[in-house]
Amino acid sequence: MRLSLANKLSFLYASLIYLFLYMPIAILILYSFNQSKLNAVWTGFTFDWYLKLMQNTEVLEAMKTSLVVALISTIAATMIGTLAAVGMYRYQFRGKTALDAMLYLPIVIPEIVMGISLLALFSQFEIPLGYLTLIAAHITFSIPFVVVVVRARMAGFDRSIEEAAMDLGATPWGTFIKVTVPIIAPGILASALLAFTLSIDDVIISFFVAGPSSSTLPLKIFSMVKFGVSPEINALSTLMLVVTLFLVIIAERIRMRKN
Amino acid sequence: MNPPVLDSAPANQLQNETKLKYQIDYGKAWTIWPVFIWMILLFLLPMILVFAVSFFSRSSFGGIGFPLTLENYSRFFDPLYLKIIWISCVLAFYTTICCLVLGYPFAYIIARSPTQYRNILLLLIIVPFWTNSLIRTYAWIVLLRTEGVINTFLLQSGLIEQPLSLLYNESAVMIGLIYTMLPFMILPLYASIEKLDRSLLEASKDLGAKPWQTFWRVTLPLTTPGILAGSLLVFIPSLGLFFIPDLMGGSKTILIGNHIKNQFLTARDWPFGSASSIILMVLTLVFIAVYIKITKDKQGKDLV
Repeated sequence: MRLSLANKLSFLYASLIYLFLYMPIAILILYSFNQSKLNAVWTGFTFDWYLKLMQNTEVLEAMKTSLVVALISTIAATMIGTLAAVGMYRYQFRGKTALDAMLYLPIVIPEIVMGISLLALFSQFEIPLGYLTLIAAHITFSIPFVVVVVRARMAGFDRSIEEAAMDLGATPWGTFIKVTVPIIAPGILASALLAFTLSIDDVIISFFVAGPSSSTLPLKIFSMVKFGVSPEINALSTLMLVVTLFLVIIAERIRMRKN
Repeated sequence: MNPPVLDSAPANQLQNETKLKYQIDYGKAWTIWPVFIWMILLFLLPMILVFAVSFFSRSSFGGIGFPLTLENYSRFFDPLYLKIIWISCVLAFYTTICCLVLGYPFAYIIARSPTQYRNILLLLIIVPFWTNSLIRTYAWIVLLRTEGVINTFLLQSGLIEQPLSLLYNESAVMIGLIYTMLPFMILPLYASIEKLDRSLLEASKDLGAKPWQTFWRVTLPLTTPGILAGSLLVFIPSLGLFFIPDLMGGSKTILIGNHIKNQFLTARDWPFGSASSIILMVLTLVFIAVYIKITKDKQGKDLV
C-alpha cells in the first residue's frame, strides 16, 4: 500500500514528536554506561557508575527514605482514599460539596503552594521536619488521586449486590470486606500503585517538608545536579526510570483489565 | 441530606428497616470521617495558615510578628516583583503556545490514526509523562551543557569551532518547560479531537469549504474545550515549577515559583512569601473559573 503525501507528512511529524520526547531520556540512559566522567565523548561501555552508586551511603540512605515514605504513605492514602470513594459514592451528606472541593483543589493548584502551606503548618506547630512530615505530606497529595481512580472504578458498581449480602445477614463491615472490596480491588490496586509512583517521584512538595537528614531520592538527585553533571546521576536516574515504568505498566494493566 | 456524623440510634430498633439505616449511617461515619479530618487538618488548615501569615510582618529573626499589615500585598506592586509576575506569565504563556502548536497536529494525527494503533500511540505519550520531571530536566542538561552531547557532536563534526552556550538562558528554560508539559497538552487535545463527529467535516467539505476553512470554522471551534483544558494544564504548573529555572536558567531567570521558594528558604520572609503564594493561588483559581465559565465543564472534570 502506498501512502499519500499527507500520510507521509503525518508519519514524519509524529515521529519527530516521539523523537523529541524519547531522545533525551535515551541519551541519559546511554551515558550511564559511558566510561568517561568528564564529557560526552563515548569512551567505552562500563557498569562502574552503578557499582559506585551502590557504595554511595548518602544515595542508599535516600533510597531507603524514599521507599519507607512511599510504602507508608501509599498504604495510608489508599485506605483513606478508598473509604472516601466508597462513602462518597454511596451517601449523600452535608459538606459533600466542600469535601469534593478539598479533594479537587490539591490536584489543580500549583504544587508549590501546597508545599509551602505544609511547611507553614509544621513549623507553626513545631513539628520537626523529617520522616513524619514527609509521610504526612505524601499522604495528603496522594489521597485525591486515589479517590479519583477508585471512584472511576465504582461508576459501574451494582449496589444491589451489597444489598443482597446485607439481606442475607452480612454485617455492613462484612459486606464491605467480602463484597465491595473484591469488586473494586483492581481500582484500589491501580490507585495504590499510582500513589506509590507519585510519592517516589515527588520533588516540589518533598523539597519543603523534608528535613536535613531525610532527603528522598529525587531531592538527592536535585542537590547532585546542582553540583554538576556526572554519570553517577545518569545511573541513578536510569534506575528510577526503570522502577517507575515498571510500576506504571503494572498499574495500567490492572486498570485496563475490565471487570 | 445528613451530616457526615454518626447519627444517634433510632428509638425503635426492632424494625428491620430502621436498623439497616442505622448501620448504613455507621458506614457513612467510617468512610467519610477519615478523609474529612485528614484534608481539613493537612490541606484546609495549612491554606488558612498561609492566608493568615500573609497579613503579618516579618520579625527580625525571620519569624512572623505584629503588626498586621497589607504591606505584603502592596509590595507586589513594586516594579521588581511585578516584573517577576510578568516574566513568569510570559514564559508560561509562550510555553503554552509552543505546546499547543506542537501538540495540536500531533493529537490530530493520533486521533485520526487506525483504531488498533491509537492506544499504543497514546501510551507512548503517557510513558515519559510518568517519569520523574526532575530526571527529564536533567536529561536536557546532559544534552545542552557546554561539554554536553550536542556541543560535542557539533564540535567533532566540525560544524562549529567554539561550543555554543545552549544552557542557562531563557530558551533553555522554555525547552525544559515545553518538554515537561507537552503531554499535558496532547491528552486533552486528543480527547476532544477524537470526540469530533467526522460527518460534520464531510458536510463542510460537501458544502464547498476548503480544508483550511473547515479547520478554521468547524474543527477548531469544536475542539476549543480541549485547547482550553490543555492550556490550563500547561500554564498553571509552568508558573510553579521552580526547579527547571533553577537548573536550566542559572540564576538569571526568576519565576514566581522561584520567588516563593526564595522567600521561604533564603530570604526567610514568610509573610511576603505567603502573600506571593496567595496571589499565585488566586491567579490559578481565576484561570480555572474562567475555564469553567467558558466551557461549562461544571465540575472541571476534564482537568483531572
